[in-house]
Amino acid sequence: MKLEALTQSIGEWLRGTGPESDIVMSSRVRLARNVAHYPFVSRASEQDRADIERILRDRIAGSAVGQDLEYIDVGRLEDIDRQFLVERQLISREHAEAQGARGVAIDRMEQVSLMINEEDHLRIQCMHSGLDLKGVWEQIRAVDDQIEKVVPYAFHSRFGYLTACPTNVGTGIRVSVMLHLPALVITRQIDKVFRSLHKISLAVRGLYGEGSQAMGDFYQISNQTTLGRTEEELVEQVGDVVPVLIDYERRAREFLVRETQQNVHDQVSRAYGILRTAQTISAEETMQLLSRVRMGVLLGLIGDVKLADINSLLVRTQPAHLQKLRGVELDTNDRNIERARYLRQHFEGGEGSRASVN
Amino acid sequence: MKCQHCEKQAVFHITELEAGAVRELHLCEDHARTYLNQSEAAAESAAEDEAEGQPAGGALAGPLGVGQTAEELALLDQRSCSMCGITFFEFRNQGRLGCPHDYVQFEKELEPLIANIHGATEHTGRRPSRSAADLAEGTEELTAVIGLRQQMKESIACEDYEKAKEHRDAIRVIEDRWLGGGNAAKGNA
Repeated sequence: MKLEALTQSIGEWLRGTGPESDIVMSSRVRLARNVAHYPFVSRASEQDRADIERILRDRIAGSAVGQDLEYIDVGRLEDIDRQFLVERQLISREHAEAQGARGVAIDRMEQVSLMINEEDHLRIQCMHSGLDLKGVWEQIRAVDDQIEKVVPYAFHSRFGYLTACPTNVGTGIRVSVMLHLPALVITRQIDKVFRSLHKISLAVRGLYGEGSQAMGDFYQISNQTTLGRTEEELVEQVGDVVPVLIDYERRAREFLVRETQQNVHDQVSRAYGILRTAQTISAEETMQLLSRVRMGVLLGLIGDVKLADINSLLVRTQPAHLQKLRGVELDTNDRNIERARYLRQHFEGGEGSRASVN
Repeated sequence: MKCQHCEKQAVFHITELEAGAVRELHLCEDHARTYLNQSEAAAESAAEDEAEGQPAGGALAGPLGVGQTAEELALLDQRSCSMCGITFFEFRNQGRLGCPHDYVQFEKELEPLIANIHGATEHTGRRPSRSAADLAEGTEELTAVIGLRQQMKESIACEDYEKAKEHRDAIRVIEDRWLGGGNAAKGNA
């Protein structure tokens, strides 16, 4: 698969379709799996890692899901291409920054990705746009079934699927939804919401998973425990809380429009103004402003911008995407200038705008 | 799980018992050290204050939340996995286990830790479709390959090629049995 081909689409998590996609960006499930006859990745020798990669790659390619997947040798990629895959959420930051033999198998829809030699030998991930945890679970379960036929997973009769970190043992599942919660941030209710999520042992993370900062009011909510409950129960645990959060966010948005219409309209318009006119702009500021404009579009305060365009800009203005689109490597300063130019062109309706959003 | 004071991975999961109330702490190595030093100091001064009577009220439960004494913990730390060789100390430091066999080797020690993290110790979810006997036996036999591979390396290092060949053959038998021939065993013997 040519990574360049991916720049033409925007990837699953920003497709902006699916149920509740005004608030829920994407639904995702991952499963951690290991083979029994090699040490876990952090203790595996270079040779071990190469062997694990070869065994898993070959066996997955020969499985029933293999024909739909393209394999990318992450260890041999340039830094910028690894970063590109991180921005698309097809591999984790840890996987990008790791050493040694490793790879990822991706399906054409960019819904399924199989990371080899991340923290565990195999991390199966499945992602759908919008709120569709059940659909994601059905799909990933089928993938896991097919791989299990050809790969003997390490399994313990009491502890379940064995993982490098005891925090993942048992089901090895992490169920997460990515939410866009700008109104809860503006009305300063977000901390309260997070505190109550922690109480029911759900974790809150930023855009790019563990240890990442929340950017642009995007948050990931996920389960924290993996043992003692079935996968379906854990999917439900996360799924049950999402409608509540959606309701809070909707009410906060209504409140903003009702009580502070002028204020919020002003904020959104200023954000839009900066994006259309800035001469140099960082990825973080872009993300923050796009988040506000996104809310503005949803509240009907900005008329001439499509939601799909905002979603597309969210990923295309990120460092690796921007450089891939422009076809050159740029340092931070040049990137900021180029990003501003890209945004201006997009909003002016000139070249590069309304680029194929599929 | 993240440390509750910073973004690092929590590797110490501490359960404090205070006047009958239970408090859980999840800390990275640095914060755990700071915290444990504080508690130790507190415990010492408390012990001085009430020179006799009960031992300083559980101010320092073991880092595993099972209340080991320092000596017990030191002994435990030295124990190592017979397959991958990781010591319990290394695991506690890194928060990552060395191989699947660790869950068997350190089952007793891991149990309270797992109970603390998940509030449970029994997997109730999906199981691979292999038969139950195959599952346990297969994983156990296959993890033995990790130890055999290490022994093979050592034999080669000592130029004992006869032994190395034996180990390689033993690996092949296990892999053929559980992985269905023609795989993996192309070791570097």
